[in-house]
Amino acid sequence: MWRIRHFEEQVGVLKRADQVHGLIHLSVGQEGVSASVCTQLRDDDPVYSGHRAHGHCIAKGAPLERILAELMGRDGGLCRGLGGSMHLVDVEHGFMGATGVVGGNIPMALGSALAGRLRGGDQVAVVFFGDGAVQAGHFNESINLATLWGLPLILVCENNGFAEFTPRSAHTNVERVSDVVAPYEVERETVDGNDVLAVWEAFGRFLAEARKGSGPFLLECLTHRLRGHYEGDPGKYREAIAKADWQEKDPILRLQRHGVSEGWFSEDDVAAVERESLAEIEKAEQFARESPFPDQRLIAELVYA
Amino acid sequence: MPETTYVKAVNAAMAKAMREDERVFVLGEDVAEGGPYTTTAGLAEEFGVERVINTPISESAIAGVAVGAAQSGMRPLLEIMFIDFITLALDQVVNQAAKAHFMSGGQLSVPMVLRTQGGAGTRGGAQHSQSLEAWLTHIPGLKIVMPSTAADAGGLLASAIEDPNPVVFIENKTLYFRREQVEDEIEPVPLGRARVAREGGDVTIVALSRLVGDALSAAERLAAEGVGAEVIDPRTLVPLDLETIVGSVEKTNRLVIAHEAVEHGGFGAEILAEVQAVAFDHLDAPIERVGAPFAPIPLSPPLEDDYIPNADDVYSAVRSVLR
Repeated sequence: MWRIRHFEEQVGVLKRADQVHGLIHLSVGQEGVSASVCTQLRDDDPVYSGHRAHGHCIAKGAPLERILAELMGRDGGLCRGLGGSMHLVDVEHGFMGATGVVGGNIPMALGSALAGRLRGGDQVAVVFFGDGAVQAGHFNESINLATLWGLPLILVCENNGFAEFTPRSAHTNVERVSDVVAPYEVERETVDGNDVLAVWEAFGRFLAEARKGSGPFLLECLTHRLRGHYEGDPGKYREAIAKADWQEKDPILRLQRHGVSEGWFSEDDVAAVERESLAEIEKAEQFARESPFPDQRLIAELVYA
Repeated sequence: MPETTYVKAVNAAMAKAMREDERVFVLGEDVAEGGPYTTTAGLAEEFGVERVINTPISESAIAGVAVGAAQSGMRPLLEIMFIDFITLALDQVVNQAAKAHFMSGGQLSVPMVLRTQGGAGTRGGAQHSQSLEAWLTHIPGLKIVMPSTAADAGGLLASAIEDPNPVVFIENKTLYFRREQVEDEIEPVPLGRARVAREGGDVTIVALSRLVGDALSAAERLAAEGVGAEVIDPRTLVPLDLETIVGSVEKTNRLVIAHEAVEHGGFGAEILAEVQAVAFDHLDAPIERVGAPFAPIPLSPPLEDDYIPNADDVYSAVRSVLR
């Protein structure tokens, strides 16, 4: 989680310095969901994400330096600098792709789940999306299909209460995403997305079932993003969360307090993790800066497979 | 030589691919029932409903399912029942399928075929009769195929299924049941190679899909009047075999381009631009286009019949470039 936090905080710095390019959507505050979900998956479990994808991609195992190089438009990036923040892909680690079209990833995840079933494997497909995607047509079409076909798919909704600049209440009368899928009798749960252990436990339960071939499942994680919709957005649409309140809610600090009190690790261990993560980000930035921009010829080479 | 039809050739190409490659599967609305034109008839019986998957009327989601399955190693054959409904699937086709290989720096590929059919002439009205291929040719990453004969339909579909890219395969509903003599075995036809349907030295007619037949009829009439018309069917619009077209124009010095789609913004404009850019000095007359008027397709039979470009229109265009 610190790797995601530090990575994204540095991306924010680099965005202001015009070193990373394009629309940058940070998930600072939502790291608990990425970490709890992706670290329980195998490399061959396909994961799909949306425009706020850094955390999912990092937690799925993609190398930080190649993600950062991608954001900086370099040839050493995951996608050789052609995709960018909203289109991260790392096939080696089963990160099948982020998309800039809200909700467009959901039917694709169904397709990966169907492929797994047709091939006879036990992979579980996972798709991350925000509460804003739930009002899109393809979400509703996909829920119907996923339940009709009983696909081994886990839909993970990060409900941060805002679709772009607008609170959920202005987009729909249905407060909880888990209620939207109720008529389809999807097995579902709404958890505190900033409670890492709660997300871990609920997702793990769904994963065990999906691994046996059943599904779909929907996990709604109530969370909060500390940053704007994108870096540099006007940001006037919501109240800043009080610092003291955030100390209480921050998924990383919460887990640390809990872990230390349970004796799982010490304050020193935590400090060491932070230091390691910061050092890793520094090295990643060095790699990305040294990576050249891609050759112009790459454009024509990659239009067709 | 055995006799077949366009619809049977499409069906046979799918069945053959499914027999030879377990990754190939069919999905779409009513496909397990054969669909409205029997294109998928018998496939569910032979391969089971696990591989011939009936879907709800959810074009956006089923297109996404095909993209996801394709980039996960399968070879989906997605049917969009009428090309008019592709509007609902365009996010997946345009934003996902076409760009996945590029945006992932070459990590992903999307070997799917989106089969659909278009064309007027069945009193289907303005939402079941369109020719929308030009939109799709504008998207880098897609290949666009429009066969006009049974042999090409079967042969091109075989190649489309083998292709590692997303291919939009546009059939024409009025061609489905025409009888045609074919070789015992329909051989794959490579994408990107035009077919010279008739040779001639006085004028080149490039015609797409249904208009190929009309162009050949016009060529017959012109032959009787002493004019040799060469008829070229590009068969695939992307990639386009410009070489064959330009080679013909260099010989005839005159070009007519004919398609059923609305002329305004139609693919004929692209062919025209590409030809004049490389063969301007060979042209003895302005290039003429034949296409539908800039209007939705009417239902009323005499109006629809008049709306669809036909052999007379091609003939008149040829006469115009010969003046």
